[in-house]
Amino acid sequence: MAEVVLSGLSRSYGAVQALKDVSMTIPDGSFVVLLGPTGAGKTTTLRLIAGLDRPDAGDIRIGGASVLSDTPAMRDVAMVFQQYSLYPHMTVRDNLAFPLRSPMIAMPEDRIAARVAEVAEVLRIPHKLDNKATALSGGEMQRVSIGRALVRNPRIYLMDEPLSSLDAKLRADLRIELKRIHADLGATFLYVTHDQIEAMTMATHVGVLDQGRLVQFGTPREIYESPVSTYVASRLGQPRITLLPADAFGPGAPPGAVQMGLRPEHIALGEGQAATVGRVEHLGDQTRLHLSLGPHQIVTLADPHTRLAPGDTVQIRPQTPLWFDAAGNRLQGGPA
Amino acid sequence: MSAWSVTEPSKLSKWAAGLLVTFYTIVTLLPLVWIISTGFKSGPDSISYPPKVLFEPSLEGYVNLFTTRTRLGAEEFAALPPPETWYDRIVRGSGMVIAGPSRFGERFLNSVIIGFSSTALSIFLGTLAAYAFSRFKVPLKDDLLFFILSTRMMPPIAVAIPIYLMYRELGLSDTHLGMILLYTAVNISLAVWLLKGFIDEIPREYEEAALIDGYTRFQAFRKVVLPQAATGIASTAIFCLIFAWNEYAFAVLLTSGNAQTAPPFIPTIIGVGGQDWPAVAAGATVFLLPVMVFTILLRKHLLRGITFGAVRK
Repeated sequence: MAEVVLSGLSRSYGAVQALKDVSMTIPDGSFVVLLGPTGAGKTTTLRLIAGLDRPDAGDIRIGGASVLSDTPAMRDVAMVFQQYSLYPHMTVRDNLAFPLRSPMIAMPEDRIAARVAEVAEVLRIPHKLDNKATALSGGEMQRVSIGRALVRNPRIYLMDEPLSSLDAKLRADLRIELKRIHADLGATFLYVTHDQIEAMTMATHVGVLDQGRLVQFGTPREIYESPVSTYVASRLGQPRITLLPADAFGPGAPPGAVQMGLRPEHIALGEGQAATVGRVEHLGDQTRLHLSLGPHQIVTLADPHTRLAPGDTVQIRPQTPLWFDAAGNRLQGGPA
Repeated sequence: MSAWSVTEPSKLSKWAAGLLVTFYTIVTLLPLVWIISTGFKSGPDSISYPPKVLFEPSLEGYVNLFTTRTRLGAEEFAALPPPETWYDRIVRGSGMVIAGPSRFGERFLNSVIIGFSSTALSIFLGTLAAYAFSRFKVPLKDDLLFFILSTRMMPPIAVAIPIYLMYRELGLSDTHLGMILLYTAVNISLAVWLLKGFIDEIPREYEEAALIDGYTRFQAFRKVVLPQAATGIASTAIFCLIFAWNEYAFAVLLTSGNAQTAPPFIPTIIGVGGQDWPAVAAGATVFLLPVMVFTILLRKHLLRGITFGAVRK
């Protein structure tokens, strides 16, 4: 395990600049989640660290030493790909043993067998070990490809949306399993996801990428509670943050504020201005209210057993909302 | 189980397809059956008219293929000790004795050496070149690929004279090495193009995974790319072997006493003691065997087809 430091990383593919001057420190033993829409540079970051691509500029240091001139094998990193996860001509067992048989590790066969069995147990695939990799379901394939990373003890685990193809139950189980591995081994993770729950529950740090730039890096709480921009604020939160003109509730906005951001906890129900209930979504653990306040649409949460129905009127009042300027950047030090 | 389905062909079309395939198979195999049966006919049976479909099988053709024979005078013939072996007996039956082995064995061995060596060399060089063309930024890649293909654009015989002169200067004419190099040069364009297609189909992600798993690029090539290219390599090898095995024009021109292959030799059998069609047919039959065996051995890889792709989409 080791600290990974990225400094000033840039990379273009043809005319497309995938990464622009990204600097980030992934502390030893941390679990860093990268958030951002498709094309934000998340996968590029992983590929540069793994050594599959070279940066145009900048440096990557793992454990204090620059790895720019090292081959992927020498960097001692493990990676779970989003696609093409398994070697199709090998059995599941050989897939899992493949990294351990590499000249870099060259583990004796009896220890490989023990290690493979252990990891298969964790991923609940011991009965599939002698299957051809192509004879598995999508979820099983993905578990094997996570397993191929977990058999090793690399300096950093790089994972590119590893749970995205799994069903909800397995996803929840593996999330806990990965978190346990992180806690037990003190392993360092750099993890790409679109999934808010994965980001909030597993991460010790979250990095938000926007068109190749790292726009905010901090703990999940910081990212959620004090986003630097509307872009970051929209990354986390279910339902998504509601953005309204700063004067939607009348005067009171700090100078320079153009937009106000309202998460459900920023909306007090039962007092203030009247809004019409448009739709009520019972999701089981939460109930979402779609409200109309004049021309504006607002999504917030209600008590799961609410009796509100479409057409009803509720009073709402903003409570310490987030304020943003014309460029979408958050106003710091505004009235809290 | 429905009466009409988009994916399941109707009974009628299945029958029609079956009939068509059967008809095609018969048309294709008929000459082959004729050659094989002629090989087991006696000399008179082989040229009888109307042709004999049912006949008494004879090994005369095969004996004649592998031996040279002489005709003796009547007294000398009568003075011979009784025939010792079954093939002695067959030859005596037509009033001759065996003078020695023919050169067919040697020619056949030459074909095996030259055919399989050039195939192996074409596949070895072709796979490496195809991998490089498929994966790396090669300057002028498209032009190079076109150039390689263009070596196929004229009939080989058009360059026969220059090659003949070059080979004479270099001391390569009538040598095994010369023929192996020549057939490799002709086959390599086919090998590169076919194999590049197959390797292009193998996603790079597999090699990238292997690189991260601790392997060098060459090891990743050997352990991850090669096994997945097996289907393509097998079919390419069959094409290369068939070309090298059947090649006639260069073999006639460039080989004679030492490195002559079977194709130019087989027609010369006709000249030995009249028109010996059974021996020619026997030679053609024996000549077919190695390619048949090779194809059957590699069939497993061909049939494995494109079931590849542990792909998650």
